[in-house]
Amino acid sequence: MLEVHDLVSAYGRIEALHGVSLKVEAGEVVALVGANGAGKTTLLRAISGVQPIRRGSVTFAGQRIEALAAHRRVALGLAQVPEGRHVFKPLSVVDNLRLGAYRRGRAEAELSLGYVYDMFPVLKERRDQAAGALSGGQQQMLAMGRALMSRPKLLLLDEPSMGLAPLLVEQVFAVIRRLAAEGVTVLVVEQNAFAALQIADRGYVIETGRIALSGTGAALIAEPRVREAYLGL
Amino acid sequence: MDDLSGSNVMADFVQFAMSGLTVGAVYALVALGFTLIYNASSVVNFAQGEFVMLGGMATVFLAALGLPIPLAALAAVAVAVVTGLLVHTLVIEPARGANAVTLIILTIGVSLVLRGAAPLVFDKQFHKLPGFSGEEPVSLLGALVQPQAFWVVGGTAVIVLALKVFLAHTLFGKAVLATAADRMAARLSGINTSVIVGFCFAMSAAIGAIAGILVTPITLTSYDVGVILSLKGFAAAVLGGIGNPLGAVAGGLLLGLLESFAAGYLSSTYKDAVAFAILIAVLIVMPGGLARVKHVERV
Repeated sequence: MLEVHDLVSAYGRIEALHGVSLKVEAGEVVALVGANGAGKTTLLRAISGVQPIRRGSVTFAGQRIEALAAHRRVALGLAQVPEGRHVFKPLSVVDNLRLGAYRRGRAEAELSLGYVYDMFPVLKERRDQAAGALSGGQQQMLAMGRALMSRPKLLLLDEPSMGLAPLLVEQVFAVIRRLAAEGVTVLVVEQNAFAALQIADRGYVIETGRIALSGTGAALIAEPRVREAYLGL
Repeated sequence: MDDLSGSNVMADFVQFAMSGLTVGAVYALVALGFTLIYNASSVVNFAQGEFVMLGGMATVFLAALGLPIPLAALAAVAVAVVTGLLVHTLVIEPARGANAVTLIILTIGVSLVLRGAAPLVFDKQFHKLPGFSGEEPVSLLGALVQPQAFWVVGGTAVIVLALKVFLAHTLFGKAVLATAADRMAARLSGINTSVIVGFCFAMSAAIGAIAGILVTPITLTSYDVGVILSLKGFAAAVLGGIGNPLGAVAGGLLLGLLESFAAGYLSSTYKDAVAFAILIAVLIVMPGGLARVKHVERV
């Protein structure tokens, strides 16, 4: 589904990714864990095309996409829920969702709207409110709902549980499991490494812009280095 | 001495108010153009006034070639739109990611180029268009108002309303608002933000050109009217709270009224000084402008 090969990306003269390679197979949930500043967000943004790259390739559904503009990648079925939610605060909830289906027809958007409301009933209740007036957890759901409106084949989730109360964290991970069960491929970046690795088929550990470790979710949870550095065990 | 009888005081006031609203409407449209482009791209476009010049001058010269004025006006708007798109494609888009100061200097460069080219394409004379509804002044509460003033104020109202409906009720309009609110999220939602910004340049150019066409029968036009309009329009946008379309319109009208009253009751020598002094005072007291907008986070 997704293959990233030798990806290098930099902010000015500071290189943030030093040749990252990873793979996500169709139907998998893959977790990417690592410390702050390790390059997780940079990697996801580079995959989505909102962060320039210096070198390397990104193959999605059999097609090289590293030269495509971000909006074209969305049209191919690659959606991202960015870190910090990034909802369109002045716009209403329903407008946020409709914009998630920007590249699809009106009829299809209405269908997806029903699907998203079913997954996040609170968004239906609040559909006419400004997105900026929602609580943090509701904004996270809106950001996820907006990404799902594009009916993605692969969903990139950047820190979906950040800053949320434990109950909401539960809910976010339940949604990820539901999506996986529905066949959506998921690449999730999390500081909550334990929760992410628990639901993941496989995981990667990224350290200072390089992939340091990879393996099945269970194997990584059992790995002493991971336990010590990321799980606090 | 002046005759200070009540009816004359009233007539003077209406006279100044109407001329202030007329000039203010043009400032408002320029400020609206500033705001559209700024919101979508963070570019402060100091070439905005040149679109007003292009609208007026192109109409005058196309009419001189024998086109009926409505057609000439339409063609002039098209000229401005094409110019706006060229500015975006050739200057702004290649400099994407440059810092704000670089972009401002680029737009000042664009305005210099347009102002330099205008006398070559057109000429250096002042030009007038006939009033759309004749030249016979209308009496309004004792004041004599040119009928064209109603065209300017009415046209401005129509543009502002049309823009509001477009932004609030079409998916493309909402995509413009989404791009303004959060560019990265817009791109992640599949919105081609380059197209949105280009569209905003085109729309701002059209709005500027229409302002130029509407006001030329009253104020005349020449190749160099753009400079001061860019400055005044920018001042109006800042006065209203930059980034807020309704604030921009209010700021434009207010600036026009201030100037007109300063010119009428004090001296026309000081009208710009008074207007800008009030602008500075407002910004000292209310740095966010008159209409405070909630700050939208940008990453």
